[in-house]
Amino acid sequence: MSYRFDFLALLPYWREFLWGVLLTLQISATATVSGFIIGTICAIARADGSPFIKRLVATYVEVIRNTPLLVQVFIAYFGIATLGVHVSANVAASIALTVNVGAYTCEIVRAGLQSIHRSQMEAAECLALSRTQIYWHVVIRPAIERVYPSLTSQYVLLMLASSITSQISAAELTAAANRIQSVTFRSFETYIAVGFIYLVLSFVVRAAFALFGQTVFTRRRKLGTAL
Amino acid sequence: MSPIVKLTDVHKYFGTYKVLEGVTFEVPRGGVAAIIGQSGSGKSTALRCINALEAIQGGTIDVCGHAIQDPELNRRALRCDVGMVFQSYNLFPHLTVEQNIMLAPTCVKLMRKPQARDLAHQVLAQVGLAEKAEHYPEQLSGGQQQRVAIARSLAMKPKLMLFDEVTSALDPQLTGEVLKVMEELARGGMTMILVTHEMAFARKVASQVIYMHKGTVWETGSGTMLDSPRTAELRSFVNNGL
Ligand SMILES: Nc1ncnc2c1ncn2[C@@H]1O[C@H](COP(=O)(O)OP(=O)(O)O)[C@@H](O)[C@H]1O
Ligand SMILES: [Mg+2]
Repeated sequence: MSYRFDFLALLPYWREFLWGVLLTLQISATATVSGFIIGTICAIARADGSPFIKRLVATYVEVIRNTPLLVQVFIAYFGIATLGVHVSANVAASIALTVNVGAYTCEIVRAGLQSIHRSQMEAAECLALSRTQIYWHVVIRPAIERVYPSLTSQYVLLMLASSITSQISAAELTAAANRIQSVTFRSFETYIAVGFIYLVLSFVVRAAFALFGQTVFTRRRKLGTAL
Repeated sequence: MSPIVKLTDVHKYFGTYKVLEGVTFEVPRGGVAAIIGQSGSGKSTALRCINALEAIQGGTIDVCGHAIQDPELNRRALRCDVGMVFQSYNLFPHLTVEQNIMLAPTCVKLMRKPQARDLAHQVLAQVGLAEKAEHYPEQLSGGQQQRVAIARSLAMKPKLMLFDEVTSALDPQLTGEVLKVMEELARGGMTMILVTHEMAFARKVASQVIYMHKGTVWETGSGTMLDSPRTAELRSFVNNGL
């Protein structure tokens, strides 16, 4: 074992690392927000939609959960190109990750919806609230509060999994690393550095979610209960 | 005076299982009806039918001018006139006491937040919990939660209040504080129907006691009916101290 580490060789490339970090964050933030919206709508549709809608959503969820993310990314990338629409690799990556995380979000939020006892809806009904009002105030909010830790894990996982989109040369962090190691020939150092950066990113994303949760779910903040 | 609630020959099935077999009674404005009876005799079901939480298969129910059996029934209008309190409180755990109470007035009556907050404090004072407005349900005792649930209903200014065994989950001391609130409501002229196992309370507060047995009104009368039951079933029910 006479390998001599030389992390200094990476220093001149800090800008590319930084760009990679920003793009990773951008792609995963986009997918998180849109995936959350899609997933939540799907969860409600699956709980309360017509039989056809229910089956449609179930099919979407099962197809996504039972195929590799990498394949989904390729299908999105080449599929969109085949439709004659020109989108950058970054956009294709965001779309693929959105569709992917939407399915997982659907399952998580669905579990949350199921955890809300019928008596809660009945109480709201007895207060003359409309169906939409009941859903919004009494079902969705507490349901999401309840599954918030699972959602956080899922979105951290998404951020890490976004490295896969380097395969369609989306310009995120792993792609940056691939380029840097090919010019510095310092592969080991590069990927150690990148691994470390992902580690930090995970902590940052987790912290951001915790902070956001404390702001939105006021009860947790006031009672000091952990999310 | 015309009744606020009138049930006429109400029949209710769960599948083929008959729960209500021709229930008939009426409650006048300002009346307090206590429904008593063994577990499984259909008391909760009767109460739920009055609030259109269950569909009925026969007979008619008129509640504050709403025909419950009508397929076109406007449920939300009905529930503006009827308040209901359950054994398990059913407060919304993610909202403060105040928010629990403000929800319906702001959503349904489109009341502005400041007015709704004033209203919340007013009904909270009525149940003796003015200082708990900022608390969350889980920070309150069972008795306090139940009083908040009553306040939440009162905020909608109902013409009729339904109580389904609201003290059954509480120990005697907490039961007392909830019953006190209900007694004050009755004295204030609120029309109430309550399912209860508190015989002393029924005797004292109810203007009318309805003994249900096997899905029918087996015996009905004033509170003194409990001291001299006509039917053997009510006699054994009263004697068993149930
Ligand atoms: N949703 C339901 N489905 C089927 N059976 C029910 C349902 N609700 C109540 N029952 C049955 O109807 C009968 C009367 O119930 P209930 O009105 O709750 O009685 P009580 O309140 O007097 O104890 C019971 O035998 C109960 O098992
Ligand atoms: Mg009952």
